[in-house]
Amino acid sequence: MSEIRLDPYISRYATRTQGMTASEIRALFAVANRPEVVSLAGGMPYVGALDHDAVAEVTRRVIAEDGNVALQYGGGQGHDGLREQLVEVMAAEGISGHADDLVVTTGGQQGLDLLGKLFLDPGDVVLAEGPSYVGAIGAFSAYEAEIRHVDMDEDGLIPARLGEHLERLRSEGRRAKFLYTVPNHQNPAGCSLSVARREEIAALCESEDLLIIEDNPYGLLDFKAELRTSFRELAPERTIYIGTLSKVFSSGIRVGWVAAAGPIRDKLVLLKEGADLCQSNLTQLVAERWLRTQAWQEQIATFRELYRERCDAMLAELSAEMPAEATWTVPTGGFFVWLALPDGVDARELLAKALNARVAYVPGGAFYADGGGQHHARLSFCYPPPDRIREGVRRLGEVLRTELELRSAIYGG
Amino acid sequence: MGSHHVAVLAGGLSLEREVSLRSGRRVAEALSSRGYDVAELDLDSGLVPRLRQGDLDAVVLALHGRAGEDGTVQALLELLDVPYTGPGATASALAWDKAIFKGMCARADVPTPAWVTIASDAIRDLGGAAALEAFGQRLAGPLVVKPSQGGACMGVRFVDSPGGLHEALVAAFSYHDVVVVEQFVSGTEIAITILDGEPLPAVEIHPKVGRYDFSARYTYGATDFYAPARLDDATLARAEEAALAAWELTGCRDIARADLIVGNDGTPSILELDTCPGMTETSLVPMAASAAGIPFGELCERLVGFTQRRGGAASPGLDA
Repeated sequence: MSEIRLDPYISRYATRTQGMTASEIRALFAVANRPEVVSLAGGMPYVGALDHDAVAEVTRRVIAEDGNVALQYGGGQGHDGLREQLVEVMAAEGISGHADDLVVTTGGQQGLDLLGKLFLDPGDVVLAEGPSYVGAIGAFSAYEAEIRHVDMDEDGLIPARLGEHLERLRSEGRRAKFLYTVPNHQNPAGCSLSVARREEIAALCESEDLLIIEDNPYGLLDFKAELRTSFRELAPERTIYIGTLSKVFSSGIRVGWVAAAGPIRDKLVLLKEGADLCQSNLTQLVAERWLRTQAWQEQIATFRELYRERCDAMLAELSAEMPAEATWTVPTGGFFVWLALPDGVDARELLAKALNARVAYVPGGAFYADGGGQHHARLSFCYPPPDRIREGVRRLGEVLRTELELRSAIYGG
Repeated sequence: MGSHHVAVLAGGLSLEREVSLRSGRRVAEALSSRGYDVAELDLDSGLVPRLRQGDLDAVVLALHGRAGEDGTVQALLELLDVPYTGPGATASALAWDKAIFKGMCARADVPTPAWVTIASDAIRDLGGAAALEAFGQRLAGPLVVKPSQGGACMGVRFVDSPGGLHEALVAAFSYHDVVVVEQFVSGTEIAITILDGEPLPAVEIHPKVGRYDFSARYTYGATDFYAPARLDDATLARAEEAALAAWELTGCRDIARADLIVGNDGTPSILELDTCPGMTETSLVPMAASAAGIPFGELCERLVGFTQRRGGAASPGLDA
């Protein structure tokens, strides 16, 4: 028999892995990382703004002074001292908590995975903003959840739309397991949920007995240092809060956390132990010492100013370079601008042309579980310096202009 | 062979960078394990200085896509007098562009599905949109819309109804400014690798779901392959004949892979000729070599051997 079996294990995989296939879009991103390309794609924090010598010294002291702990296993809930420091990070945003409420995770992303494992059976409904964070979609989809997107506008998730979803679910005889939201400087939409809407949504979740997963990586990165009331404050008993040091210190250190009510926390500790026994003690102690001994709030102010400058560069260049029909969100913090492409232009199709013109973005489809986002693109301003951002937007503008000319000719527009 | 110093070129800025890197890594590992001194080089502005200081016996090309497969790098290596694997600059350029390649095949009566070529400039600047309806008169039934240049079937769209043509054109133009609209031929896809002028066993391709698209190509187990192909000898002979004719027409050497469709009526037609074919774990050339009893490492070693056999570099403009 001449059959060639490239994957002899294929009949053994779990059914849920069936969608895990090679993707053309993913392959295209290999080019985006080349220096010739201006990448407005990745959401990487600009860790170059950290004092690397200071981080090195903190790390050296952790090993020199606390090596036997740093190089050893730790507890499933995470290092006590670090959790105390993380409570301080939450407090800086006006969010209350106790070290005992927290479970340290490998970035906020592991929090999403563990929560998916804890709450989701196949077919369960999750409500999330449309668009929503791609990593959350991936995490919840891995547990075969059905993600339903709730429309947003410049003030974030629209409470009336949430109400409609809940109504529809009721008419189907179903319930959502939770609402997943990134209320501050949302990834990818770049907008924040207004305080009035937070109160409205908290009340709605209260009346509907709906849990809230509040994912807050960007709250401290408001350009004017404004803080917005957290769901954890508005609805403490039904909010599961996810925090991370990725955007305010280092993404490479992989320290995130979940703050939740005792019963949920205990389950998460068991799940965390099942997943990886414990968080790395070494990176936990580095994070703990960083927060304890360094002026981390000043560092955040530095990040804030740096990202504001980059965002301004992007917005100014978008105004100058985008065709009249394109629209975009105006962020007040965070990393992202959400660009609506004009005239039916498909962001996925356009990506090849953009890469050939040496600029990259993320097509909006990545941020929807239901095929939405086709005509949107996420532009990140967090990583390239302002002059590169301007150059990237110029290239994208040129790509869009030629695309519109072509479409107009083809469709007789 | 331990003294041989070779550089594997992979990556670059083409849209097929990732596939190329996978091919390159695999080739580099195979040659290293056979005692070669292997450097892995990416395509960037530092390439020429690195090649000059390298004292290389040969450059092994594992490049896919623009700049790597279209003759650009080949011409540069010829200029630098550096021996390299695979077809030369002219053969690469001829095979790379599907509109040119199909035109050459048609002239020489090598069967290839009927097609129409259209450039975005013609549509944008010359009012060519009005001529799009003529596609329907030239080509009947389902169509395949392909960027004239590019590989890994990126930007390829299948059009089953007339309404889908415009969208497919827009999508394909994103990859390249010239597009080939080809008659879809229903049948069995096969790939015939030609190694040093000799066909290796044909590989038959059956995607488990849908078409042999990017995901079907690069996901382990998404496609069933058979080598040799389960076709009768007469059909296989005709397919080999077409593949060899394409090899001759373009002036290939060392290695190339011809992709063909054997129609439901048993007629093979050539779709394209790949002069720098994929060498990844899911690629067709390694499968064909394996079916011929040639392990992957030996295949790579033979490619290096061809460059040594040629001796000095080719004269400028001459590929063979």
